[in-house]
Amino acid sequence: MDRPYLELCDLAVGYGGRALLSHISFSLDKGGITTLTGPNGAGKSTILKTVTRRIPAVSGEIRLDGTELRAIAPRALASKMAVVLTDRARPELMTCFDVAAAGRYPYTGSFGLLTRRDREIVNDALAQVNAADISLQDFSSVSDGQRQCVLLARAIAQEPEIIVLDEPTSFLDIRHKIELLEILRRMAKERGVTILMSLHEIDLASKVSDRIVCVGAGGISAWGEPREVFSDESVRRLYGLERGFYNAALGSVELARPQGVPRVFVVGGGGYGIPYYRQLQKAGIPFYAGILPENDIDLAVAAPLAAAVVRCGAFQPAAQGEIDAARELIDTCDTVIDSGCPAGASNGAGELLSYARLRGKQILSGPEGLKEAVL
Amino acid sequence: MNERRNALRYGAVFLCLAALFLLSLVWSINSGSVRIPVGEIWRILLHRGAIERGDMAADASAFNIIWKIRLPRLLLAAVLGGALSLSGFLLQTFFRNPIAGPFVLGISSGAKMFLAIVTIALSAWMPAVPLAVTVTAAFLGSMLSMLAALVLGGRTRSMSMLLVIGIMVSYICSAVTDFLINFAREADIVNLTNWSMGSFSAASWRDVKISALIVLPTLAGVFLLSKPLSAYALGEGYALSVGLDVKRFRVVLIVLSSVLSACVTAFAGPISFVGIAVPHICRILLKSSKPILMIPASFLCGAVFCMACDLVARTVFSPTELSVGTVTSAIGAPIVIWLMASRHREQGGGSNG
Repeated sequence: MDRPYLELCDLAVGYGGRALLSHISFSLDKGGITTLTGPNGAGKSTILKTVTRRIPAVSGEIRLDGTELRAIAPRALASKMAVVLTDRARPELMTCFDVAAAGRYPYTGSFGLLTRRDREIVNDALAQVNAADISLQDFSSVSDGQRQCVLLARAIAQEPEIIVLDEPTSFLDIRHKIELLEILRRMAKERGVTILMSLHEIDLASKVSDRIVCVGAGGISAWGEPREVFSDESVRRLYGLERGFYNAALGSVELARPQGVPRVFVVGGGGYGIPYYRQLQKAGIPFYAGILPENDIDLAVAAPLAAAVVRCGAFQPAAQGEIDAARELIDTCDTVIDSGCPAGASNGAGELLSYARLRGKQILSGPEGLKEAVL
Repeated sequence: MNERRNALRYGAVFLCLAALFLLSLVWSINSGSVRIPVGEIWRILLHRGAIERGDMAADASAFNIIWKIRLPRLLLAAVLGGALSLSGFLLQTFFRNPIAGPFVLGISSGAKMFLAIVTIALSAWMPAVPLAVTVTAAFLGSMLSMLAALVLGGRTRSMSMLLVIGIMVSYICSAVTDFLINFAREADIVNLTNWSMGSFSAASWRDVKISALIVLPTLAGVFLLSKPLSAYALGEGYALSVGLDVKRFRVVLIVLSSVLSACVTAFAGPISFVGIAVPHICRILLKSSKPILMIPASFLCGAVFCMACDLVARTVFSPTELSVGTVTSAIGAPIVIWLMASRHREQGGGSNG
């Protein structure tokens, strides 16, 4: 790992010689997954098109395996780099096998006839993407997810050192998204294939990638490991999130916090509270949450959604001061939701509920209670 | 398993096409306004040298009908029909559009316009425009109108826009032609009128030789293109990524298909629908769009189609002869409509399922 496999040095990209993004510098190690993220129209595709030589660089340099990209002959580049594009390819009367076999183009003879070895490689590529069973089906008759997998098989059959994918997960359902990213992970890890792609889903990007490149207006706003790049704050800035919230620890996205004076207190903890928080958010009802230990999963969701959260230390029972603070909030509410957190829990759930009962608050619990609260 | 089934299918299709080719050859040579017994035809065909030398007796008019009229006409229909349908296949691949064809893209109207200009311009000096001039003018006109469509369409990335531009170019050319014809003397444009009907009737051995000399090497060139053609099927982006020089490929593709269709328009006039219908028929027969199969199949099927249409044109209302363009349209257009309709149904079903 002495030198990076792909290097972009002070690159400027754009159309017709006009730079859309400039001062782009980052590099990819062999066998690593690098993901470009950023808002729509930021120029992720433009960077990828430049790297794959569909459009010329405005200025700067790209080096592939130490060689200036411009200097590589098309055929030589084809045996190093394969692509999966956003173009909706709808070829006529081609089976999935035929489509995947198109990846053998750089290796076949002048009439493009497949040898036995070519066939083996194509079948292996289809097996890699779990598409061996649809190999003989018409490409235009399979689902979007399968089609994307077959296009990936095409790229794999090209036996490249690097695969460049533009938004490979768009139009895919969650199962196919995960499947596709798992295949990429495997390609990178087992075969040492370098992967460069763009993804919309920052949650998936942070989970699958070794390196993240944030493409913001005008250039690259951050580059590094996901945990360095994706703080709650940096994602907010990158996407100009004003209302929603990105949770770096979970890699999840929350919608905006309901506005107004809360009349509801959710007694949660240990993950019991999350469905209630989400439901209240959807109904636009502001709420308090508590008492949540600093390491509690509920806190990750409650923090961005609740008007206020009463917290306690990690791995510690709730202190008296914290219980008092929660009681004060309960006093201002009409309704207390019992999310089902065990009454004996050390976060004082049981105590809070008996206090609420004592003060004559309406106590709602279970799914029915939730429905009632939303009404 | 499946490969064997496919190979069987391909083999069967090519065998059928070859059989049909022979059948239409024999049938065409055997039919016409003058009845010649089959045995006599064989004798005339097989012993040409002997009969010419006078070693063998044969009816002179039958000999002339076979060797000077029917055979060149038949072969011209075969060569040009193949060329036309191959050109259609190339254009459909290029435009990624099933209704692309030389006729739709204004090639024939360009040829006709150019021919009209040349005919009328030359009529002042010579009473009859020589065939070589007609052929050259039509050829140049085809190439120029194709070029015009490409230059105008070059700015747009959308292939359907290019198609629209092609159609518009064709209308402009037709308008210019009609304008010129309005001011021309009847006698001067007889040539043009005959040409624009589309016919193989004036075929001579020289026509057959020249068109074969143009078409067969082009066919070989197209064969060499079968690998990039297959790479192009997935779209330009993917073609580029596997190392295809897309720009050069597109130029070569357009030049080859223009040469083919220009050759047809030059020798036989505008013959519509062969270029659209025949490649579709081949795709359906082969259940594949692999260029390496489609190229020979289109050529062969186009040859059969044109020979059969020509046979219909000259025999059905005999002694009145239809123009072959009339017959190809009458047969080809319904086929295209039917194909489009069934394709649409298929795609609709596919996206639901």
